[in-house]
Formats: sequence, structure tokens, C-alpha cells
Amino acid sequence: MTLFDNLYVAPAALAVHAPILAIAGPLIGACAAALSPGPRSGWIISVITAAFALWMSVAVACDVAREGVMIYVMGGFQPPLGIALRIDALGSAMALLVSSMGLIGAVYSGHALVSDVRAEMHTLFQSGYLLCIAGFLGLVFTGDAFNAFVFLEVSSIGTYALVAAGEQRDRRALPAAFNYLIMGTIGATFYVIGIGFLYGSTGTLNMMDMAARLTTQGDNAAVQAGFAFVVVGLGIKAAIFPLHGWLPGAYAGAPSLVSVFLAATATKTAIYLIARFMFDVFPDTFAFGLAFTQFVLAPLSAVAVIVCSLQAIFAREVRQMLAFSSVAQVGLIMLGLSLANAAGASAGLFYIFAHALMKASLFMALGALAMSIKARKLDDFAGVARDAPWSATALGVGAASLAGLPLTMGFLAKWKLVEAALEAGAIWMVLVIATGSALTLVYTWRIADALFFRSPPPGAPRVREAPVGVLAPLWVLAGLSLWFGIDASLPESLAKSAAAALFGVAP
Amino acid sequence: MSMIVSHFNYVAVVVLLMVGLFIVFSSGNLIKRMIGLAVFQTSTGLFYISLGKVSGGTAAIVVDAQSADGRALAAALNPEYVAQYGVDGVVYSNPLPHVLILTAIVVGVATLAVGLSIAVRVREAYGTIESEEIEALARVDAARAEPVS
Amino acid sequence: MMNLSLEAGFALNVALLLMLVCVGIAIAATRSLLAAILLMGIYSLVSTVWLVVMDAADVAFTEAVVGAGVSTIVLLGAMLLARGDTERHDWRRLVAPALLAAVVGGVLIYAALDLPNFGDPASPANSHVGRAYLEAAQHKTGALNVVTAVLGSYRGFDTLGETVVIFAAGIGVALMLGFGPRATLPAPPDVMGDHHVVLRVTAKLLMPLIALYAFYVQFHGDLGAGGGFQAGVILAVAVILHALVFGLRETVLAIPAKLARTLATLGVLIYAVIGLICIVNGGGFLDYDHLFASKVEAMIPPGLLGDPDGAHHWGQHFGIFFIELGVLLTVAATMVTIFYGFAGRMMDGGAAKR
Repeated sequence: MTLFDNLYVAPAALAVHAPILAIAGPLIGACAAALSPGPRSGWIISVITAAFALWMSVAVACDVAREGVMIYVMGGFQPPLGIALRIDALGSAMALLVSSMGLIGAVYSGHALVSDVRAEMHTLFQSGYLLCIAGFLGLVFTGDAFNAFVFLEVSSIGTYALVAAGEQRDRRALPAAFNYLIMGTIGATFYVIGIGFLYGSTGTLNMMDMAARLTTQGDNAAVQAGFAFVVVGLGIKAAIFPLHGWLPGAYAGAPSLVSVFLAATATKTAIYLIARFMFDVFPDTFAFGLAFTQFVLAPLSAVAVIVCSLQAIFAREVRQMLAFSSVAQVGLIMLGLSLANAAGASAGLFYIFAHALMKASLFMALGALAMSIKARKLDDFAGVARDAPWSATALGVGAASLAGLPLTMGFLAKWKLVEAALEAGAIWMVLVIATGSALTLVYTWRIADALFFRSPPPGAPRVREAPVGVLAPLWVLAGLSLWFGIDASLPESLAKSAAAALFGVAP
Repeated sequence: MSMIVSHFNYVAVVVLLMVGLFIVFSSGNLIKRMIGLAVFQTSTGLFYISLGKVSGGTAAIVVDAQSADGRALAAALNPEYVAQYGVDGVVYSNPLPHVLILTAIVVGVATLAVGLSIAVRVREAYGTIESEEIEALARVDAARAEPVS
Repeated sequence: MMNLSLEAGFALNVALLLMLVCVGIAIAATRSLLAAILLMGIYSLVSTVWLVVMDAADVAFTEAVVGAGVSTIVLLGAMLLARGDTERHDWRRLVAPALLAAVVGGVLIYAALDLPNFGDPASPANSHVGRAYLEAAQHKTGALNVVTAVLGSYRGFDTLGETVVIFAAGIGVALMLGFGPRATLPAPPDVMGDHHVVLRVTAKLLMPLIALYAFYVQFHGDLGAGGGFQAGVILAVAVILHALVFGLRETVLAIPAKLARTLATLGVLIYAVIGLICIVNGGGFLDYDHLFASKVEAMIPPGLLGDPDGAHHWGQHFGIFFIELGVLLTVAATMVTIFYGFAGRMMDGGAAKR
């Protein structure tokens, strides 16, 4: 990570406490937002807090690049008695993702909320949004298994209410949010049950201590059940097929900002925790884990790629299309991780970054277009490129990245996956990726065709270009998709170091 | 037989967990589903507490072994057992699961409150809290040209 | 605690668990929503007794107030607002969930048989970190209640997360249901008030006693069972009692919704600021040994708390005191906000859309 090795972004006194400040900052910001008098001040608080969180995340990344692992002890009690944050290259990469998406979302929220959420709810909405950021950052930084559950729920409870807030635009957000709450809570409770089995077998909650004890413990049904329930519980949160039922409704009905942020971060942080457990907590010789990954996760992910891409093709509404596409992409990411080696994990992580950028830009572009017209189906978007060229082009860039066209980050991401699969000798995986890409091409072409090559139906309301406050974050996202498609050194080095940290090999 | 005695708690807790899960998935009524979720979450707590129970132990509030309470507790147990597993002459149950479940109960009620508030809004928007009717109305929504708010 | 013989304790444990299973099945089988809610309350109460038998005093306390208290109130409120009462049963839709439950349950039971025996003092869970807490807690933090010591000090970061979860729930409910009746609405017929003299007099007598009890629980958290969460909910109950007897409008005049939200926010802020103060004074986050700057600590006469290394205990005592205060504020204010949300919705006209 040569970029971060020599970078010193914060005074040493601050940088030492950067992990907890990255979490406490959004927390205090959420309190301030809840008390703020109006939407304008709420927005300013949101942007400042998200920027602070990003600054602290960069400081953490710099420290981790130099030291390898950053451990921050809470309350002065060393683990396993106390709770400690443990950040390695993987955690810092995820934190950079969450905080940068958080800032972009915060900037976008200035205009996005006006059409989607009732005016008197804006400050509460910002408060919930900042709580989500705090929750995700806590999740990726913590080194304690139960603490991870608490922060998972901090972010989730905020998320359920934020998704339901989309009811002003479309009342289907409400049953979708309820469904999401039920499935998400079942997932979190499965996770707690799994941790219970692991605690009962090892006596500790600290992840590294647990790892040390599991190597000597031997394999028994309780440990296996712990593994299974942790992975399945988090799998529900990560929308791994077939536990993904909640996602299409939630992403389609949520306010635009929420879809943007969730698509980039919610499932990814759950995948992070799965990877942490699968490869760090459980020993490499854990036979049940290897079998589970090879014979359950990998096939299900392959099915996800094919089936959900098909569902995306036949979806009637554009946001549903993108939501199904998200589940398919999660399948691709899990395929990379299921190779259980550094190359596969590196490819999976690179895909996480690529997907975050492209999905967020797609949802944001849709939101930008939907500000002036009530658009749900593809036909509603016919010919908008004429009147809203910037938004439409950004959408086109996102779609191209999704399809994996050359010069976009999506292309490189798919390429890395194929490389990792070939290296591991998994030819079937290459076939799945190829088929998935072909299917993705079909629905992305449908989107591009509607936007650029069709003319708007007569009598349809004219779409207006979105304001600069929306176009700026949108083009940051789309621009990065193009930039990293040409020069991917930053995300590539992040992904490589993260994968190396996960598997204990040299980057 | 002894297996049943030594693991009865876990079996009973698993039954409760599954009853809760069953209620969540078999019920059409949104509020009933939340009740099932609450049963499911509380039963997880019972699981952890069962893990932390120590035979002959007492609540994890420090008791002076020389006081009347302390001596009464020790009197009921084998002195070697107390010497080996007790702390300062008194045997306690494990406090860590208690702390975890305190947190989990609170998280559970938080989820319950948010879920019920969403259910109330569903009722207001759709006029019903039975999932089948809501799904039918949602399909009608999907077929419409404009979203219903 | 309870001086039961081992066999009697186990028999009681078995009996209570069987009762729970019966109540659980009854909840699944009943068609009436009101019955299900009340059975849920019974479930919580039986759990409370079981928790006492299992030596989990603090948890029993919390389950009683939160499970049997708040959950029932919120469920009843939702049921009244949603005007749902009975549900229809169609046996065909029961097959898949039953199969799922059977399979998952079977897997869990099979795995649970490999867990250490129930009550085993030498199990990994009971001999590693758990035991270390018992040995060190009183000496390190000065608290007699080890659960409070672990909750407030050792795993204080978890408790901060928990407080934030409550706060998030308050935000979520406020987002969904609003803040209670607005001042601009014309005064509706008194939906929730009651003019019966006995109720009014008794409520006026009870409310200060309930509040006093809440503060007792709050301040005795480190000496016996108790703490911020239980105290917060009990305090909220006093407010809810007032609303039930005197009408929501009166209560909102006394404790406006804005005040409740501010107090909830203040609670979280107190908790976070305590942690930051520890950083400023040279320690880590929530490191209470650094709560007081060394100059202040030097001014405290040693042995004031009856222990030779008393200075450390000041930090721990006050640290736990302040964070429990933060928890009390947030929990009480959020429970009141949640109640306002549900009750206020009824006053707004129930099913009428805003």
C-alpha cells in the first residue's frame, strides 16, 4: 500500500485514537442531527461528520499500512477481558469504502431527500443515516464477536427505518421494510446463536483468542454448528442466495439515498464479517468449513449469478432490475471468496469496490432522473438522454461497468475473478462468470437502449437535468469507475494487502 | 438417560427457538410475526444463560464467604468443590452470558418497537395487516402506472 | 441467593422450561391476537422466574421490566392502532415452516449435544474469561455486582453500542409514527383519560414512588441487581402511568416530545463524552482510570473508599456512575418517545393518513 505508507494525514495524538474517533464522530453527529432545527443544518452536520469519519478512516489506513495491524484497547482492559478494536488491511479497506460512500451519500442527501422523504423528517433521517455509518464502521473495526453483533444491529435498526421512510414516494416501501426487518433480525439472531456455540466451546468472545483456541479444540458438532449459523445468519444480511428475498423489495422501495448507500455498504460489511470468520477465526484445517465453502457456498453463489441475472432481465421496474443485479453480483463476490485463497479473496474484494461504485452511481443516476419525473418502469426513462445528458451518461457509465465493458472498473473486476478461477483450476466458475456477464449485457443494454436510443413518448413529462449538488457526487462515482478502469493501482493494492492480511501471506 | 439430564436445557431452548421461528414464518398477521420474532430472540437469551449456569452457584454479586449468607451457600456444597471452583470461598455462576443477554434483550425490544411502528404504518397505507392481502394490493400497485404513496 | 438444593433447583429449571414450551405452543396455536400478546407477557414473566433460578438476577430484572412491561405495552398499542384481532389459519401454509423448524431444530439439537454438560463449572465458558471477571472485578472496579462491573467497565463499549441501539429505535419509531399529538390539533375527546377519582388519586401517589424506586435501582446497580436499563424503563413507566390516567395531552404538556428527544440525545452524548474525556486525560476511550486528570486524582485522599489503592476506584466508580446516568436518560426518554409515537397516533385519528 505505497500510497498510504508515507502519508500522515493527522497529528499523531489524533491518529492514535483514529479508530474510535471514526466511530464516535458519526455517533455524536447523529445526536447533533437529531437536535438540529431544520433540514439545512441537518445536512451540514451530516456532511461535516461524514467528512470527519473519512479523514479518520484514512488515518487508520495509513497506520495499518505502516504497522500491519492496529489494535485499540477499550476501557484499558486487555482482551479477552476487555473489548479491543483490531484493524488490519482488510478492515481498513472496508472502512475506507464505508466512509467514502458515506460522504458521497451525505452530499447527495442535500437534494435527494426533498423528493423522497417528508420535510419534517429530514433531521431524523440524517440522524439515522449517520448512525448507519457509525454502525458499519464499528462493525469493520471491532475485534470482538459479540461487539460485532451490537454494531451490526446499530446499523440495521437505522436501516429498517430509513428504508420504510421511502413510503412517501411508494407505499410498497413499508411491507418491504417490514420483511427486511424480519429477515435481518432472524439473520442477526442466527449469528448470535452461532456465537453462543462458539463461546460454549472456547470460552471467549475475542476473535483472535477464539481463533487460537479453536486450533487446539478439535472439531465437534458444536463448533460446526457455530460456523454454520454464523455464516447463514450473516448470509441473510449479505443477501446470499437463497436468503436474498428481502433485498429486491427493500432496494426498490427505499428512498434513493438509502438505496445508494445500502447497495454500496450493507451487504459488503456482512460479507466482510463472513470472510473474517471463515478465514481468520476458524483454522485453515477446519474440514467442515472447507467442505461447506466448496459444496454449499460456491454452488449457491453460482446459482445466484445465473438465476438473479435472469430475474433482472425480466424485472418490470428499473430499481428492481438493479436490486436483482446486486444479488447476482454478491454471488460473483462470494464465488471469488469461495476459492479460499489469497488470489480469490483479492479478486472478490476488488469486485466489492467496483460493485459499490457502479451500483451507487446507477441508483444515484436513477434518483437524479426521478427528481423531475415519476419514473419506475424502463419505458418511463425513454429518451431522457436528450434532456438530462449528464445524468444519463453517468447512468450509461455505470451500466457499462456493470456489464464489464473494457475501460471500466467492472471489466477489470471480472477479469481478476476469471484469473483467480483459472489459477485455482475451477473452469466451471469461469463458465458461470461468462454466462452471468452475457446475461448482464442483456439488461444493461435494455437500460442503455431506453435512455439513449428511444424517443420519449408524446405527452410524457419532460425530464430536467439534476442540480449540481447531485451531479457532483454522481460524477465522482462514475468518474472513479472509469479512472479505476484505466489505472486500478489504488483499489488493486488495497485488495491485495487485504487478502494477504486475511490469509497471513505476504502481499 | 444422563445425556438427557445433562443437556435438557439446550434441547428445551432449541424447541423454543423453533416455536418462535415457526410463528414468524407461518403467520400471516404482521403483529403475530413480531411476537414470534420476540419469542425467537428471547429464547436465544435462554441458551446463553444455560451455558453460564454453574452447578451450586449463586448470582454474580460478591458475597463475603464469612458472612451468614456465604456460609449458608457453602454449607450446601462439597468443600473440595467450593475450593476448586469457588472464588474466595463462594461458587458463582458465570456473569459474562448475563451481560451479553442484557444487551440482547434490549436490542430485541428495540427491534420490536421499530417493527411494530412499521406494521402500524402498513395498516394505515394498506388497510390491513394480513400478508396475503398486502401482497395482492402490492401486485395491483406494481401494475399501476404511477406509484401509490 | 436462593438456597435450593441442587436437585430442587434442577427440577424447578425443568418445570419452568416445560411451562415456557407450553406457553410458546399456545402462542403459536391461538387465533386471537390479544391472547397472543398476553401470552407473550406470561412468557416473559415465566422467563423471569427461570432466570432467577439460573442465578441471573440482573437479567431477570431486565426481562421483567422490558419483556413483560414495555413489550406488552408496545404490542397492545400496535394492536389497537392496527385494529387487528384475529388471524385466519390455513393449514397448508403451515407445512413449509414446520419442515424448516424441524430441520433447523434437529441440526441445533444434534450440535447442542456436543456442548459441555449443563452446570459444568469446568467448561470453557465458565473457566476462562467468565471466571477471570469474578476474580478481578471487585478489586479493579470496586463494584460488588460483577455484572454491572463487566457491563459498565470491562465491556463498556458494548454498552455504548446498546445505548445507541435504543436511541436508534427511538429515531426509527419517531420517523415512522411522529412525535405524538401536535399542539395545533384541536383537543379531541379525551381518548386516553379517565375521570375516576380512585385512579387519579392512586396514580398521584404511585408515580413519585415509582420514580423513587427507579432512582434506587439506578444508584444501587453496583451493589445489587439493577442498573441504568432497568431504572430507565421504570422511570418511563411512571410517565406512561400518568398518560394512561390523566390523558396524553396532560403528559405531553408536562414532558414535551421535544424534551424527551433531547434527553435521549443527551444520554448518548454523556456516554460518548465520558469516553472522550478519558482520551483527553491520556488514556484510551472509556478508560476510567484516566477519567480524572492526575492533578485531580492527587487531591483525593487515599483510602477514602476503604481500599488502599482507592484513587483508581474513584475513576471507576464515577465512570460507571456517569455512563449509567447516560443510559438512564436515553432509555427513559426513548421509551417515552416510543409511547408518545404509538399513543399519539391514536389521538391523531388512528387510520387517517397524515
